[in-house]
Amino acid sequence: MRARWIRPCRVALAALLFVQLLAVPALAETAQESEQPSEAASDAEEPAESVRGTLLQRPEDGDPVPVDGAEIIIRSNGEEVGTIVTDADGAFESGVPGPGDYEAELVVESLPEGVALTSDAEDANVLEFDIAPGQSRTLLFRLGEPSGGGSGVNLPLQLTVEGLKLGLIIGITSIGLSLIFGTTGLVNFAHGEMVSFGAIIAYLFNVTLGLHLVPAAIIAIFFGFLTGAALDRGLWRPLRERGTSLIAMLVVSIGLSLLWRYGMLFQFGGGTRPYAQYSVQRAVSIGPVQIAPKDLWSMAISIIVLIGVGLLLLRTRIGKAMRAVSDNRDLAASSGINVEMVVLVVWALGGGLATLGGVLFGLAEQVSWQMGFQLLLLMFAGVILGGLGTAFGALVGSLIVGLFVQLSTLVVPPELKNVGAFLTLILVLLVRPQGILGRAERIG
Amino acid sequence: MDFAVIFRDFVRAAIGDSAVYFAVAAVGLNLHFGYTGLLNFGHIGFLMVGAYGLAIAVTFFSLSMWAGIIVGMIWAVLLALLLGAPTLRLRADYLAIVTIVAAEILRFVFRSVWAREVTGGSFGLTQFARDFYAINPFPEGRYGIWVVNFSERATWVLVAGWALAGLCTLLVWALARSPWGRVLRAIREDEDAARSLGKNVFAYKMQSLVLGGVLGAFGGIVLAINTQSVQPDTYSPPVTFFIFTALILGGAATVVGPIIGSMMFWALLAATNTALRQAVAAGYIPDELMSGTQIGQVRFMLVGLGLMLLMIYRPQGIFGDRRELALER
Repeated sequence: MRARWIRPCRVALAALLFVQLLAVPALAETAQESEQPSEAASDAEEPAESVRGTLLQRPEDGDPVPVDGAEIIIRSNGEEVGTIVTDADGAFESGVPGPGDYEAELVVESLPEGVALTSDAEDANVLEFDIAPGQSRTLLFRLGEPSGGGSGVNLPLQLTVEGLKLGLIIGITSIGLSLIFGTTGLVNFAHGEMVSFGAIIAYLFNVTLGLHLVPAAIIAIFFGFLTGAALDRGLWRPLRERGTSLIAMLVVSIGLSLLWRYGMLFQFGGGTRPYAQYSVQRAVSIGPVQIAPKDLWSMAISIIVLIGVGLLLLRTRIGKAMRAVSDNRDLAASSGINVEMVVLVVWALGGGLATLGGVLFGLAEQVSWQMGFQLLLLMFAGVILGGLGTAFGALVGSLIVGLFVQLSTLVVPPELKNVGAFLTLILVLLVRPQGILGRAERIG
Repeated sequence: MDFAVIFRDFVRAAIGDSAVYFAVAAVGLNLHFGYTGLLNFGHIGFLMVGAYGLAIAVTFFSLSMWAGIIVGMIWAVLLALLLGAPTLRLRADYLAIVTIVAAEILRFVFRSVWAREVTGGSFGLTQFARDFYAINPFPEGRYGIWVVNFSERATWVLVAGWALAGLCTLLVWALARSPWGRVLRAIREDEDAARSLGKNVFAYKMQSLVLGGVLGAFGGIVLAINTQSVQPDTYSPPVTFFIFTALILGGAATVVGPIIGSMMFWALLAATNTALRQAVAAGYIPDELMSGTQIGQVRFMLVGLGLMLLMIYRPQGIFGDRRELALER
């Protein structure tokens, strides 16, 4: 019994490791500058916290110009802890005393003639930020010609658009999570790692190997399909055949998540890094809302893909089979559906969607080794809100979570924006545990 | 390779400060996961409220440290009630998700600028355990045998910590073999059967969640007293999974499993760390493959792999009995 499944398991893990090793020499060069030790709680070695960035003036038309000799003062609790001056490339970097809250002030008087901050706001030259152990933080000051932008922006509407963008990303990633739960009963804690994996593979092809982001993203999605399928065939299916309990499998998924996440930290380093294209874009105004073109594209892609997945589920044979297995596995099996085949497709589809979500999330924020884990809890909130195991519920729930996270910043500090979504999750469980689109029988 | 150094780090970690707070916390988690079958993935939340309850009571409300410990316990009870009420009637996975989410809520709130006056924000709080060190019975010096020794301060923490771990183990052992403990195990094996015998399953689960949560809070208190500081990012989600790994390594639903598991967990981590460090320094592992800063990450990859392999091949851990913990449902 055992011997039969050890081999495919090894093959899958070897494949995973191969993909990671493939990245070693390639990533090593770019990783050096921002390589950071693990932020794990128990690490005794001294982590090196630092801030860095590049001051570029971005005129309305034409290429960005580096800003030489500008001064930036770093403060902690009101006390000055260091001053940095930018070099000829506009780059600056400096260590800070340790993790904690900081404030960086760009000395406006030190800027060359004709360079000013984009925003007219009084404190636009001051950034407040916090640094986690071992983190290398990128500081971004927006320079250009003062545009007086922001005056016509309607804040609730702006946040609604940003909430939709986030909700769509959560939706794309959580459909896989929900379908996997629906067809196999597994709560897959390693789903967030699939998201980071997608973003990092796209980064590898985009930045390290110099491909444009679009083909790089398509390659990443392909890797997502393959990895999803390989995990099902190599790990989860043998465990199911062995009769491993769902709780044991859940713990296995946590082990996988740890292995994978720290593996990505090993390869990618602890920094957050942008893609080569589209990383900085000037927002365009659409009525009372300002949005960068990349975000419009991201939302358009998400909507098209989600409609595609919806049609797949409603109209195609395999989609109907997925919903049937989700509804009642035994009944589906007895009516001639090849359940294992359906589960394999669900894993591949979930993997592909999660990697796409990772690329989009990396585009919206930046690429980091733990971005997926941060998204995972929002995904859980989304799928539970919508109803665990239902694909459309996951979508509706995710959109609500995305909107809720962004709109809540109207009343709570931005650093607590996820808290509102998490509290909603607990409240929903109290009132309607099956979620918005779920059915009561699933929960008991 | 200097095997004496590797051995020293192995032993030091096995009885050291990390192992002792893990052991206390794991005894509580064992009550949840091992005896009752509750999937508490936010155990770190209990450690956090214990530690912060103490720290805030002392630094902000100027209570004595001993009163602070009681405040930490009360917080843990409240947290358990809050977590259990919506989830204990549902499938096991719901508790898992809600507990991990709740622990993250607490961490976000504690580290926020908004709560900085009370919690110290992302810097945390320090210097709240003077009362504990004031009664240190060990005179100045180093204690231990051969290459393994600790300062008088560390010795006092370890002696008190392991005594607490022992007391908690005794308590859970006594409870587990009482009629109350038998009901818990019945619930773990078959909830419906226990219910059909007229047991109030929800109430029993809640009692287990509260008691295990308080033990978790003790774990957090041991950690906080040892470092004389609380810092929110010490209490991040992976730590819960490390405690789980330690518990499963030793054997869930066994008396000494959590203790031995925590000792093994940290001893193995420390030994691998030292061995890898020496291997990299001596050039046995080429630089292109692994640099010094990457050793920490390899250790935690090994933890993940270890957890997977344990759960697949030996879910009962080192001391466990497979029949005791079938985990089927």
